[in-house]
Amino acid sequence: MRVMAQMAMVMNLDKCIGCHTCSVTCKQAWTNRAGTEYVWFNNVETRPGLGYPRTYEDQEEWKGGWELNKRGRLTLKAGGRWKKLATIFSNPKLPSIQDYYEPWTYDYETLTNSPATDNFPVARPKSLITGKDMNVEWSANWDDDLGGSKEHASRDVMLKGIEDKVKMEFEETFMFYLPRICEHCLNPSCAASCPSGAIYKRSEDGIVLVDQDRCRGWRMCVSGCPYKKIYFNHRTGKAEKCTFCYPRIEVGIPTVCSETCVGRLRYIGLVLYDADKVLEQASIEDEQALYQAQRECFLDPEDPEVQRAAEVAGIPGDWVEAAKRSPVWALINKYEVALPLHPEYRTMPMVWYIPPLSPVVDVIKDTGHDAEDHGNLFAAIDALRIPVEYLANLFTAGDVETVNKVLRRLAAMRAYMRDINLGRDPDDSIPAKVGMDGETMYDMFRLLAIAKYEERYVIPSAHAEQAHALEEIATECSLSFEGGPGMYESGPFGEGSGRPVPVAVENFQMLRDRQTSDTLAAPEDKSTRVNLLNWDGKGVPSGLFPPKPDAQPDVPDAGLTGGTGGQGSHPPGDRPGEDSGRGKGA
Amino acid sequence: MDQFLWVVVPYLCLAAFVVGHFWRYRYDKFGWTTRSSQLYEDRLLRLGSPMFHFGMLGVVGGHVIGLLVPRSWTDAVGIDDHLYHYLAVGGGLLAGVLTVVGMVILIYRRRMVGPVFSATTVMDKVMYAFLAAVIVLGMWNTIAGSIFTLGGEYNYREGVSVWYRSFLAFQPDADLMADAPIGFQLHALVAFALFALWPFTRLVHVFSAPVGYITRPYIVYRSRDDVQLGSHSPRAGWERVGK
Repeated sequence: MRVMAQMAMVMNLDKCIGCHTCSVTCKQAWTNRAGTEYVWFNNVETRPGLGYPRTYEDQEEWKGGWELNKRGRLTLKAGGRWKKLATIFSNPKLPSIQDYYEPWTYDYETLTNSPATDNFPVARPKSLITGKDMNVEWSANWDDDLGGSKEHASRDVMLKGIEDKVKMEFEETFMFYLPRICEHCLNPSCAASCPSGAIYKRSEDGIVLVDQDRCRGWRMCVSGCPYKKIYFNHRTGKAEKCTFCYPRIEVGIPTVCSETCVGRLRYIGLVLYDADKVLEQASIEDEQALYQAQRECFLDPEDPEVQRAAEVAGIPGDWVEAAKRSPVWALINKYEVALPLHPEYRTMPMVWYIPPLSPVVDVIKDTGHDAEDHGNLFAAIDALRIPVEYLANLFTAGDVETVNKVLRRLAAMRAYMRDINLGRDPDDSIPAKVGMDGETMYDMFRLLAIAKYEERYVIPSAHAEQAHALEEIATECSLSFEGGPGMYESGPFGEGSGRPVPVAVENFQMLRDRQTSDTLAAPEDKSTRVNLLNWDGKGVPSGLFPPKPDAQPDVPDAGLTGGTGGQGSHPPGDRPGEDSGRGKGA
Repeated sequence: MDQFLWVVVPYLCLAAFVVGHFWRYRYDKFGWTTRSSQLYEDRLLRLGSPMFHFGMLGVVGGHVIGLLVPRSWTDAVGIDDHLYHYLAVGGGLLAGVLTVVGMVILIYRRRMVGPVFSATTVMDKVMYAFLAAVIVLGMWNTIAGSIFTLGGEYNYREGVSVWYRSFLAFQPDADLMADAPIGFQLHALVAFALFALWPFTRLVHVFSAPVGYITRPYIVYRSRDDVQLGSHSPRAGWERVGK
């Protein structure tokens, strides 16, 4: 047994309203740079739909992930090492920019510079690839909310086998949102595809990262990832991917996408797993057994033997404690409602999903029946084969039974909690029907519905004794690197050449302090700040402007009440010249 | 003049090549990439790039044999001049034609496909000019010199190759080069200029040929970076003990 810790995520799809806040904040934080215009480390897809890039799930086309060869051994679907090297001069399975979408901006200058004319000036879309006028035809979520699905959605790979039964008539179909980030797999096929060995899995927390200094731009990882969550920066010529916001995770705060999630549907926590078992479990022949096989890699942090092995493996004690409290572990193992996305790719993904009950609930509601009644819900789950089969194609390689089981648990919770909320006696026969007891079901409800920040995100910060080795626990000014804060300047050898810049300029420690402090803002340099809220507008309090190099300190301005120690209208503590540290005699 | 052209210039270029690579690797690991443009355009690249690169592998292999293997060795194995000539010209033509056709496709693509052209740096253009010149001169030597023997018969294994080995042994014999036909002289000079430019162009990717991929384990595990502290190096005088 080789215990390793993995930072993992669960998303509750029933709560996703498709607002794209996660995508936008992630893009603001990580990919708002030249070369990554088309890149969304986090994207939200409407399902059924084509996804981003289009039809990325069609592995017969894109050859991502792993497969079993004739001898039953795990091999890369796109071909092994020799084939990779033989095709290195032009990657045969690289999505083109058109498969994602051609990024564009608008020519706003024609609006602002337009002279007065009879006609409205028009801001034309300009391609960010060619710089020329372009016709906008597709984007990362062009088929949002089933837009245009009558034409496109039939190409959704997950509809294979049930396409004749799915009605794409708008009022008769079902839909839900699927937010996706990098899966930070236990068996990452991107890393296995990288000829340079630049993609690595961090042994401390399992986060999969690209070493930007070692990446040589062979692009095999883009093809190798079945989720298409590695992107090629076309300006720097390097691969980039979701980092699980590791600088934030290291100091114990959640990823940007989780932090800003409006529906609070994301959970982050640790999972302990047995690294020795991964290969064996990923090689199990039956695709539908892969969900169970992956769960068998996980280790119970309550098990004393696991705890001992974790200690031997150098996993700190508080990490094991955090693994015990992990919401991800609870949703996967205790309540058994979270499922992996596409286990059939055999990469052992570590971002799991609670499938949505809403397609079922919606149908019952529309027929006028009681959508909170567990009898109705159970019957509908059995009867509504299409959404359930579709979910099974996404989460269990087509195993309807497992999805059914999860949906029945969610349905039972709905019915059970209604009784409690209405002040009726809870009916313990409902949880019994799905193999749970009342207390566990209530705990599950608490975690899914009202869990607070600290319960949704159980992130042990990286360890103090390792702190000096961390990327972001810095003790110096984070701008004090060579060359100053000039980010993304071009060196002489093309975009982004030259010395590296740090991944983040913000000091994440400070960010955490700000987010976890009791007051709204408790800056350390408060004494030198001016509180404009109780400034009466007269005069210039010291500290409002930086000192002039040759000016006398505290020269009273017209109307300023007493330069030094004046008993004016300023409340104590905000008197000018007293707290600023440059008062009289300075 | 001969000493300058065939001793001073080659050694200067060699020095630029070696020191330049060392410096570039230290200064610009992040910029060390193939700078692929496949994302912009796929069809032409899929045709031209393998042709050019595989052709180039043949060309380099041919140069290694032609320049580094002395005549006495091939004589010892029993390959006479006639057979050697056929092998060299045949192999050279095949590799050369692949390279030239691939290069024409790639240069056409680089100029005519909008996004690819706009992603081309000045250094790329300079590099393309030198690379194309070297290849064209090399082909000229093969076709005009070795097949049609324009300007008289010349056996480079008695001249250029010997000079090249003497150059590598740091005992250069400039006269051997001075007596070579103008085509060979130009080819060598432009090639040396290209070598001097090499570390400052995208050609550095040649030295990242990922041969280690064959033997390394599929999944790489790495601990957090222990060498660098934080996102910046420590101030002078504050380096950590040990590391």
